[in-house]
Amino acid sequence: MPEPVILLDDLTKEFPADPPVRALSAIDLRVERSDYVAIVGPSGSGKSTLLNMLGLLDRPTSGGYRLDGIETTTLKDSARTTVRGSRIGFVFQSFHLLPHRSVLENVMLAEVYGRGSRRGRRERALRALERVRLSHRVGFLPGRMSGGERQRAAIARALMGEPALLLCDEPTGNLDSRNTHAVLDLFDELRAQGLTIVVITHENEVSERAARRVRITDGTLAEE
Amino acid sequence: MHPRDLLNEAMAGLLARPVRSVLTTLGTVLGITTLVVTLGVAATAGNQIVGRFDELTATSVTVEVPENPFPLVDWADVGRVTRLRGVVSAAALAESDQSANLSVRSNDVVDPTRVTDQTLTVVASSPGLPAAVKGRMVEGRYFDAGHIARGDRVVVLGRHAADMLGITRLERAPAVFIGTQAYTVIGVLGDLKREKSLASAVMLPPAVGKRYGLGTVTRVLVNTGLGAAELIARQAPAALSPGNEALLQVISPSSPTRARDAVEGDVNALFLILGLVSLVVGAVGIANVTLVTVMERIAEIGLRRALGAARRHIAAQFLLESTLTGLTGGVVGASVGIVVVVAVCAAKQWTPVLDVRLAVMAPAAGAVVGLLAGLYPALRAARMEPVNALR
Ligand SMILES: Nc1ncnc2c1ncn2[C@@H]1O[C@H](COP(=O)(O)OP(=O)(O)OP(=O)(O)O)[C@@H](O)[C@H]1O
Ligand SMILES: [Mg+2]
Repeated sequence: MPEPVILLDDLTKEFPADPPVRALSAIDLRVERSDYVAIVGPSGSGKSTLLNMLGLLDRPTSGGYRLDGIETTTLKDSARTTVRGSRIGFVFQSFHLLPHRSVLENVMLAEVYGRGSRRGRRERALRALERVRLSHRVGFLPGRMSGGERQRAAIARALMGEPALLLCDEPTGNLDSRNTHAVLDLFDELRAQGLTIVVITHENEVSERAARRVRITDGTLAEE
Repeated sequence: MHPRDLLNEAMAGLLARPVRSVLTTLGTVLGITTLVVTLGVAATAGNQIVGRFDELTATSVTVEVPENPFPLVDWADVGRVTRLRGVVSAAALAESDQSANLSVRSNDVVDPTRVTDQTLTVVASSPGLPAAVKGRMVEGRYFDAGHIARGDRVVVLGRHAADMLGITRLERAPAVFIGTQAYTVIGVLGDLKREKSLASAVMLPPAVGKRYGLGTVTRVLVNTGLGAAELIARQAPAALSPGNEALLQVISPSSPTRARDAVEGDVNALFLILGLVSLVVGAVGIANVTLVTVMERIAEIGLRRALGAARRHIAAQFLLESTLTGLTGGVVGASVGIVVVVAVCAAKQWTPVLDVRLAVMAPAAGAVVGLLAGLYPALRAARMEPVNALR
């Protein structure tokens, strides 16, 4: 049996405060390859905290997290950064595109910090843009594009370097229903191509499209 | 991370806010310009002073002949000095206390409205005096070997002396009286560069000078080519008075290089401080703006960290951005500075002295200023936690 993409074991995150805030308490989660998981829950339940753990943006207080077979909780800062850059693609609610760089440059940025060669980067970026059907917007600045197009550009950037996991935090939070549909259709396609997707959302429309729904309440997980 | 990518990202970061980048550069431009102008002008001015110093003194050698029972130097001996290699011109002079204050008058017609009696110095000289004092004959001519041999009663007046005596033109062969003796004025010597006091003296041929105690040579003026002064100073006494050279006193120029050092040392210390203060101001400017930029780009830093940028990549980018800002300031400052130095030189009719090292070091100094200014902001950017940066 192959390694799961995500394997959380008794993962706990406490924020130092008075009294301490236990944002995640003893979470177990297993996400297999080409799973499509939606994480839902009320505000303040710990969704963003969980995403930060999964994205190696923050360290848990205790517990284990194996990503793609690598135990990440014992890694040093620089090694975690390398794993993050090479295995995880991020999609943010606010797109996080650099406003002064063209769509193509924004997508190519995903490879800047990797070890890969510069040669062929442009072609790879063009292919990623093709996958999100943005080939006609390659030279555009982000400010000239619709929200849906911007999010697709951000997804193309996340797809560069063939990540093991696509982590999306409220990816449709800033989109209208038509653009939301386009992005969700894209997720379906990507998933069919074998990509593992974890989406944090509070929108039913988004979570219903996912094959699996996990609810988080006060820092504890429950399958739905 | 490939260096080309790092440069790309830094350049893009700077070009994203072009106006701000240009304004940030201004401080360094000012600092480097000040530095280049002050150093450039100081070097040029220093060179001008040395240049004049060289011209006047570095080629002048004077041989003093002390009083002696028999004449140590004969009038004709000057010719031997003139023939030395490296000597441009030479002349012998005789001065005495007795002739230092003689009453001289321009004619014997007493004009009651005018005081024509003047107390002037009278000296005797060999014919080469105009060249030896680097002067020129304003009127007439200097006496020559013929005048001397014939014992002609002729004089040449220094220009100032001629003015005082009211002698302006020589067509009617004006005469002057030294005491009761009349002499014909055959020339007026002016524009002296050496022995300027001779401008107010009366020059006699040695044969005539005997009468006033000016029979023996007391001083020999020698002008040498550039760089020959030291050698001539050593050779001249032997040429003038073989066997008695130890009795002669030679006055030769001080070493010109030391003069140059002294001048530059003073000027540079002051100007350097000025330039460095301006540079510090420029550095503070870059540090300030870079820090503001870091704070504005927190989300971008978070994104880069999410894309796999290590702390050192973030630090490197901001450091490079500030270094490029400083470098640009340095290049522009050096260019503006050089233009200003050339303009100052043109206005003052100086020869610009531009040290190549300065033209290279100035941009480098700008880059270092930028680098130092970027250290703290880059550290702040690198220390940011990705979670907080992306919030
Ligand atoms: N740095 C922190 N220090 C202290 N407490 C924190 C910190 N970050 C989050 N928390 C707390 O942890 C809990 C979970 O926060 P989290 O941001 O994960 O919620 P969320 O599910 O993403 O909410 P929302 O849907 O509103 O974004 C909250 O009670 C929050 O106040
Ligand atoms: Mg949240």
